[in-house]
Order: sequence, then C-alpha cells, then structure tokens
Amino acid sequence: MDGFCCSLPLWLIPALPAAGFVVLALVGARLPKRWAAVIGAGSVGLSAAVTPCAASCYLRHPPDGGVRIERLWTWIDVGTFDIGFSLALDALSLVMIFVVTFVGFLIHLYSTEYMADDPGFSRFFAYMNLFVAFMLMLVLADNLFLLYLGWEGVGLCSYLLIGFWYDDPENGRAARKAFVVTRVGDTAMAIALLLIFKHAGTLDIGQAMTWASDNWAVGSGLAVAVAFLLLGGAVGKSAQLPLQVWLPDAMAGPTPVSALIHAATMVTAGVYLIARTHAVFMLAPAAMTAVAVIGAATLLLAGCSALVQTDIKRVLAYSTISQIGYMFLGLGVGAWSAAIFHLMTHSFFKALLFLGAGAVIISLHHEQDIFKMGGLRDRLPTVFWTFLIGSASLAALPLVTAGFYSKDLILWYSWSTEYGSPWLWAAGTVGAFLTALYSFRLVFIVFFGDEKGHVERHPGLRILIPLVVLAVLSVIGGLVETPAMLGHVTLFSDLLDPVLPPAESTVPGHQTEHLLQAVVAAITLVGVFLAFLFYVRRPSIPAALRSSPLGARVCRFWLSGWGFDTLYDRILVRPFVDLARLLRLDPFDGISSTLGRVTAAGNSVLSRTQDGRIRTYVFGIGVGAVIAVTIVVFT
Amino acid sequence: MTLVLLILLPLVGGFAAWIVGRRNTGVCRWLSLAVVLAELALVLRVWARHLGDAGLGSSGPWLEIFERAWIPKLGISFILAIDGLSLLMVVLTAFIGVMAVLVSWREIEERVGIYFACLLWVLAGITGVFMALDLFLFYFFWEVMLIPMYFLIGVWGHERRIYASVKFFIFTLAGGLLMLVSILALTLSHAASTGIYTFDYTELLGTPLSSPSALWIMLGFFIAFAVKLPAVPIHNWLPDAHTEAPTAGSLILAALLLKTGAYGLIRFVVPLFPEQSAAMAPWALWLGVLGIIYGALLAFAQTDLKRLVAYTSVSHMGFVLIGVYSWNELALQGTVMQMICHGLSTGALFMIVGMLYDRIHTRDVTEMGGLWKAAPKLGGVAMVFAMASLGLPGTGNFVGEFLIIFGAFKVSIPVTVAALLGIVAATVYSLRIIQTTFHGPAATSWEIPDMSSREMLMMAPMILAIVWLGLWPSTVIATFEPALKSLMHLVPTLWGGG
Repeated sequence: MDGFCCSLPLWLIPALPAAGFVVLALVGARLPKRWAAVIGAGSVGLSAAVTPCAASCYLRHPPDGGVRIERLWTWIDVGTFDIGFSLALDALSLVMIFVVTFVGFLIHLYSTEYMADDPGFSRFFAYMNLFVAFMLMLVLADNLFLLYLGWEGVGLCSYLLIGFWYDDPENGRAARKAFVVTRVGDTAMAIALLLIFKHAGTLDIGQAMTWASDNWAVGSGLAVAVAFLLLGGAVGKSAQLPLQVWLPDAMAGPTPVSALIHAATMVTAGVYLIARTHAVFMLAPAAMTAVAVIGAATLLLAGCSALVQTDIKRVLAYSTISQIGYMFLGLGVGAWSAAIFHLMTHSFFKALLFLGAGAVIISLHHEQDIFKMGGLRDRLPTVFWTFLIGSASLAALPLVTAGFYSKDLILWYSWSTEYGSPWLWAAGTVGAFLTALYSFRLVFIVFFGDEKGHVERHPGLRILIPLVVLAVLSVIGGLVETPAMLGHVTLFSDLLDPVLPPAESTVPGHQTEHLLQAVVAAITLVGVFLAFLFYVRRPSIPAALRSSPLGARVCRFWLSGWGFDTLYDRILVRPFVDLARLLRLDPFDGISSTLGRVTAAGNSVLSRTQDGRIRTYVFGIGVGAVIAVTIVVFT
Repeated sequence: MTLVLLILLPLVGGFAAWIVGRRNTGVCRWLSLAVVLAELALVLRVWARHLGDAGLGSSGPWLEIFERAWIPKLGISFILAIDGLSLLMVVLTAFIGVMAVLVSWREIEERVGIYFACLLWVLAGITGVFMALDLFLFYFFWEVMLIPMYFLIGVWGHERRIYASVKFFIFTLAGGLLMLVSILALTLSHAASTGIYTFDYTELLGTPLSSPSALWIMLGFFIAFAVKLPAVPIHNWLPDAHTEAPTAGSLILAALLLKTGAYGLIRFVVPLFPEQSAAMAPWALWLGVLGIIYGALLAFAQTDLKRLVAYTSVSHMGFVLIGVYSWNELALQGTVMQMICHGLSTGALFMIVGMLYDRIHTRDVTEMGGLWKAAPKLGGVAMVFAMASLGLPGTGNFVGEFLIIFGAFKVSIPVTVAALLGIVAATVYSLRIIQTTFHGPAATSWEIPDMSSREMLMMAPMILAIVWLGLWPSTVIATFEPALKSLMHLVPTLWGGG
C-alpha cells in the first residue's frame, strides 16, 4: 500500500477534476444526468482518495526539507524568468488539499441530488470540477506565478457559478461584481509579484521567502510594500475590509456553490496566501498590525450585519466574512497555524451550515427568508440536528465543538503574542458574543416556533450523508489541537511546525489563559441564552428594538452592510460609467473628421472660383496682377 | 526559394480564384481553401525544419534568405529573409488565412471570385511585409496589402462600408507615404556618408544620422506603424474599418494587419534609430498606457458588438507598444506572445460576432441576451475568448501581458501599475461581452441553430492554440529567442543612456 501510494504522482490530484471538466465540457450536454453526476462527483472523489494516500506517503517518508516537489514542465523560460509548472506538497498544502478534496467531494455528492432537476446539470458539474482543479493548483503551486494561475482560475469559476442561473440579470450583476472586486485585489497582488521578482530574482515561494528573510531588514520599506500588496490580494479574495462587498451578493449562486467556494475553500485562499508568505509579513510589523486590525474590524462589522439579515444565506455569508476575520486576526498576531486550524474547522462547520440551509431551502420550495420558515425541527430532524451542531461549532460552544478549539486558540494568541493586544482580544471576544447570538438566532427562528412554510420534499441520502459526515467533523475536528487545560494535544501545530513558525506566548504560566478561556466561554453562553430569550421566549424584545427609531436606522445600516456598496457606487462605479459614456463617441475621431471637413470646406470655397464665367477669371487675373506688382514694387 | 513560394502561392492562387470564380463559385471556394492550406503546410514545414535540427540561431541571424538584384541602379534589390520573429508572424498569417477562407464560406455570396482573389492577395502582401528586408520592397508589400483590403471593406462590407474603407485607405496611405519619405531620406543619408545607394536593411543598420533630421526620419516610420498598430490618438480608422468589414476582413485586420505595425516597430524603428527611439521611449510607454485605458473605456461604452471588440484591440495593442519600448528580453518575448495571442483571441471574437450576425442579423447588444440557451456551444466558445481577452491565466494572452508587465516593470513602475489597472478594466468589458449576449434575460425566444460542424472545425484549432500557448508558451519563446538575441545585440537597451 505504501509503495503504491508513493508511486502516485502529485499531479493526479488536480488532474482528475480537470479531466472531469474537460469531459463534461465536451460531451456533458449529451450525457445522461446519471453519467454527468458520476463523472462530476467521481473525479473529485478519486482526487479525495488519492489525497490521504499522498498524505500517508508524505508522513511516513518525509521528503528533504519537508517539501515534495514535482516539476511537470517548464512553463515560461525567458532569461532569468524561469517558471516551472511545478507542484509542491508540504504540511500546509497537505491540510489545504485535504480540505479541498474531502469537503469538495461531499459537496459534489450533495449537489448530485440538490441540482438533480436543473437543466444545466452537466454545466454545473463542469464548472465545479474546474473550480476544484484550479483550487488545488492554487494550494499546490510551488511558485507565485502558478499560484496566481490558480488564484485567477478560482475567480473565474466563482464568477461562472455565481451567475450560474444566468437569465436573471441580478445574478449576472452579482457575478460580475465578485469578479471585478476580487480582480482589484489581484492587481495589488500582481504588483507584489513584480516587486518580489525584481528584487529576489525568483518567484519560487521557498527561495523568495528565504531571500527576503536574508536580505530585507525588519520594517524595511520593500518588505512592508510587498506585504501590504499581498494583503491587498488577500482581502479581495477573502472578502475582508475594504473589499468584502462582493461576498453577500455572491449568494446568488446555487447553495452548494456557496458552501464550496464562498465558505469552505476559495474565500480562505487569502488566509492561505498570507500564511504561505508569512516570512515577508514577519519582516513588516506594520503589515502584521494591519492584518490583525482588518481581521478584528471585519469580524465585528460582519457580525453585526449577520445579526439583522433575513435571508438565510446572507446570514451565513456575513458569518463567513466574520469568521475569516478571525483567521486574519490569527495571522496578524503571528498565530499562523491557529489561523489555518480555524480555516479547517470553519470549512467543516460552514460547509455544513450552507448545505443544511440548502436542504431547508429546497424543502420549502426555494424559500430563503428565515421569517417564512420556522418549526422545522420535527419536519426535518436530521437537517435540524446537523444544523444545530454546525451552529454550535460556529458559535464555538465550549468543549464539544471543533470551532471552540480553533477560535479559542486564536483569541488566546491575540492577547498573548508579541503582536497581540488586549484590544484585539476584546474585539474577538465581542465577536464571539455576536457569533453566538446570530448563529442561534438562525437556529431558533428556522427550526423552532410555529411552522410557517410547507415542507414539500424530504432530502434523500445524497444530501443527508454529507450533512452527517460534516457534523461529525464539526465536533471531533477540533480534537487535533487542544489547549493545555484539556489534554494539550498538539498534533495539528506539530504537523505545521516545519512550515509555519509556532506562535509564542509572552504571557508566562497558564493562569491568564484559563481565565480568558473562562470569560470567552461565559460570553458565548450568554450569547446563546440571549438568542433563546429573544427568539423563543420573548420575541417582543427584538421587535421593540427594531421598531424604535434608532433601532430601525441601525438595522437598515447593518442590513446594507454598513453602506459600503453605496459608497463604492458613488466614488468608483458611477465615475467609470459616466466617463465611458462621455467618451463613447471617441473624441479623438473629431480631430480627423475636422481635418476632413476643413478639406471639404476648402474644396467648396475654391471650386467657386471655377464658375466658367470670363469676368470672374478676368477679375482674378486683375487682382493677382495687382498683388504681384505690389509685392515687386515694395520689396 | 521557399520564401518566394510563400508569396507566389497566394498571389497566383488569387488570380486563379478570380478566373475560376467567374464560372463556378463552389470550386473557387475549395481552390482558395487549398491554397491557404498549402501555404500553411509549407510554412509549418519550414518551422519544423528549423525547430528540429536545432538550426534556430545556429546559422547567423537569418534562418533563410533569398536575394536577387531588382533595380540595381537605385540600389533596390529583392531580399526576403526570415528569422524567428518573421517565421512566427508568417505562421500566424497562414493560420489566420485558413480561418479567413473558412469564415467566408457562406457569408460571401456576391462576386465570389474577386472576393477570394482580394483575400489571397492581402495574405500575400502581409506575408511579404513580414519577410521583406529591402526597405523599398517592404514599402511595396505595405501598399500591396492595403489595396485589396480597401476593396474587401468597401465592396463586401456592411452599411457604412464606403466611409469606413475610405477612412482606412486615407489613414494608412498617409502613414505609408510618410514612411516612403523617411525611407528615401534614410537611403540618401546613407549615400551621403558612404556614397552607396542602398535600400538593404542590413546595410542601412547603423547609418550615422545627424540628430534633428534623424528624429524626423524616425517619426515618419513611427507614425506609419503607429497608425497600423493602432496607437491612440491615430487609432480612429480602426473601429470603423473593423465594424464595417466582412468577418474575414475584421479577422485579417485584427489578427494580421495590426501586427504589421508592431512588427515594423520591432524590426525597423528601434534597430534603425536606437538613439531616437530611446528619446521617444518614455512617450511611447505613456501612449501605450493611454491606449490601454482609453480603449478599455470605449469598449465598455459601445453597444455595437463589433465596435466593442474593435476597441478591445486598441486596448490590447497598447500593451504591445509598452512591450516594444521597454525593449528587454522579457518585454519583447511578451510582445511577440501578445501579438500572436491577440491575433487569435480577438480574431476569434470577430468570428463569433460574425456567426451571431449570421443568425440574428444584428450587432446591437441591446437586442441580444440569453442566447446561451439556444446556442450553448457558441456561448462556451465565446466564454473562452472573453476570458482570453481579460488575460486569464491558462490562456496565451496572460503569458503575453504578464511578460510585458514584468519587462516594463524594470523600466517604469508607474507605467506598469497603470497598465495593470487596464487589466481590471479589461475584466469589465470582457464580462460585458458575455453578459449582454449569451447571459441575461432572453430578448426574444431565440430559435437559432447552434454551431455547425464547419464552425466547430474553425473554432476548435483557435481554442487549442490559445490554451496551448497559455500552458506551453515555450513553443513561441524558443522560436523567437535567437532572433531576440540578435535584436538585443543590435540595440542592447533603450533605457539608462546605454
């Protein structure tokens, strides 16, 4: 088994879904749905099967330097610009490919039922397979140029899938918004690549990072510039301030898409990028602070917005923005592996929540308004229990959920590392309260109370199995890394240690840690209790809050995502459109057409002199003679 | 001799098509197709020969050369030669030539014989431009490609074809005449210092020139090529010509004629006038930026789909201008890549617009929408080339644009950043192409046929080529490299006073 696993090439992992895409794109429309499903889900499933194999080989026979590199071919070779089409597997990419293929496969399996009646069935799986292939390229790329290929590729698939139901122009608008906004971030990232290549002379991630550590001083201008530019790319892709505006609208896509792309994988690519290039960030304290502050601000803003949404998917979308905010907070305080840990647990419970939401939505015939749901606890028991587990994990209910372990770690480091501060911790803790409140608000409104919608169909096995598996992972997935008080398991951080430097606490002893943990746990429970009070016991309280003048205003403001859309529309979109409209007729064309008109006018003036009358000609000769004589006489 | 054959084949083929076309239009089409396929086979054989035996670069600067005296009294000779650059351009010409014949198959019903004759003659002229090494001969081919093109637009074009063809003719002719004056001035300057009258490119290289006149001579060449490229603000013949031309005309204009401008800059302007080009370079870079942004904005604003695609050309060719005047290995490799990939991707977009027009008889995007349902294959193909147009990695356009950007970054950071903003703008207009046509609500319930097998046969190689160049660009890079080396040897840099 071992020998077989090690003989499997790395490229199989992205190539299988890529092959799935090619087959579906070429002949998908002619295949029966069953076959399209087999190819679509099967290709990702095979990839998910190869991954543990590659992992076991990697763990049993660790390659030199902890990186297994596979150069497939020379992509671009111009002088010193030598870019290989090469893959690299280290512990970090191992975690990422595990998340992408495994969660990806569960979502594909779910989609075979969820999308069963859609006329675009094979097109859907073609796009999804292409996405998985690009995502795997992104996390396996050994150089930044190839990473950029995956990065742009997932952006394309995100665009295609958000706008999957293309006949509604609103979906198209949301899709374009996502693509263009993230591409603004990508431009910053491209400039970072230019700077790295100019100075380090390579785009190979390992070499470039080593070069930067060796040659740039801490706080040097170039390091800070590169870190900030990379951050620009990361905030675009990961929907963080100030480029978070596209993600809530991206919910226009089918729900499995939201689960896969806009919760579990693509939106966390920014976190991956920063972790991957952490060497540069460690040289740029200003950028570290920026990452942490952006994370803290985003998690608060998005948490507030999640609190007032009425569309089940938009609640989850803002929740995703908020949770990625936690990951950024972790990155910003140097808790690299804690951020990746949260990335992993988040991918389990947020994919679970989206898939659960999807199950509710189709059961109620595409109803997404949570206030038209209710009482689904008994109607959809499996969905209820798994959704409850997912919400508990999102709210980080102490001890029993995966989300607790990862969030706890981030919060602890946000207090205790050299980059940390009580302020960052406080923001994270307030965020934890908000998270508990909005996630249980969702549970109570959707699954408790009176039944408002009619359950038309019950989800089948291909929907329920992924829910159950993800629910199990949302509980036990956190046990790979536990705090000192609770067994002190460090499997996850040990795995990542060779790639990501361990976070070091500057606070001695465990006393503070325990105290802070207790505080956060208590606040979380208060949040859950308040949600229970507001949405089960006394619904009059939130209603009163909402109807007060101030409350209504705040509500509208949060609902609209803090007015960013309006702002960008005013300062960016409209000027662009107006300028384009102004120039539409090509003012430069005026130059040549004026030239043409002048020539034509000259022609009509001069042609009048040739009117065929002798007296005109005589007059002309006379005037000419006078002028000629005058010139001769006077010069 | 092969080089002469490459020109003779379409030239003679054109006459044959004309004669045959009077009797039987079907045979005329097949004859034209046979001619362009033979041309493609011939040039691919040349390429394979030089790739295979590692002959690239080992036999001096020119891979093949053909030289005969023509008008010896005036120092004019008939010199054709190819290096990697010419070879790539001739391959592109032959490939696009095949496509041009295929797209015309059903579109052209009137005066078929003379149409295909004009088409083949344009190809002959373009092939000549890419191979001529005698400046007089170069000028001759430059005009040869102009006249049949004028007829293609003016006779078989759309509603405003007369206006468009006259505009095209005047712009190009004016540029060409400036170039002729410059060629004569260069020859005379050369004669003044050496006593020898010659139009031979290799002889004229390094001609000592007094500085004010040299600038003017260079500008004569530059303007001729900048019109063709086109560079803003002398681009405005292009939207009209592209829009009014028949599909094959737009295809040849976008894919090939614009490339002659870029080729001229690389082959003639910079090597013949290195100092003046260095003085010009900062201006040229910003002209490129202007083209990128201006073209992108105008593309976004258009409602005529063909005009929209035409303005994307203005935007993409701005990158070429930046690439040429950055003049380093990366930028020039990127420039050649961009020239080829722009030819393929924009050419393909024009072909798609042609297919749409053939089905729904409009180019107005406000009357389109929701076409995907009726023609998913056509939509998929359009998606591929819209993505190529916005420079998605995995397509050759990405390689081209990013190599140019990496090269330009070495000479000017502000220019590079501005060019990158152009890529964001490219996203906006490229998505608009898809959104307004294939996506969105259906304007009416379309009942149109999806792509026919002839159309699939045309588009498949285009897609394969653009993806191939995106993943294995070394095919092009390796072919151009020796030629690039000798260019860099002639002019090491335009930057830093060297």
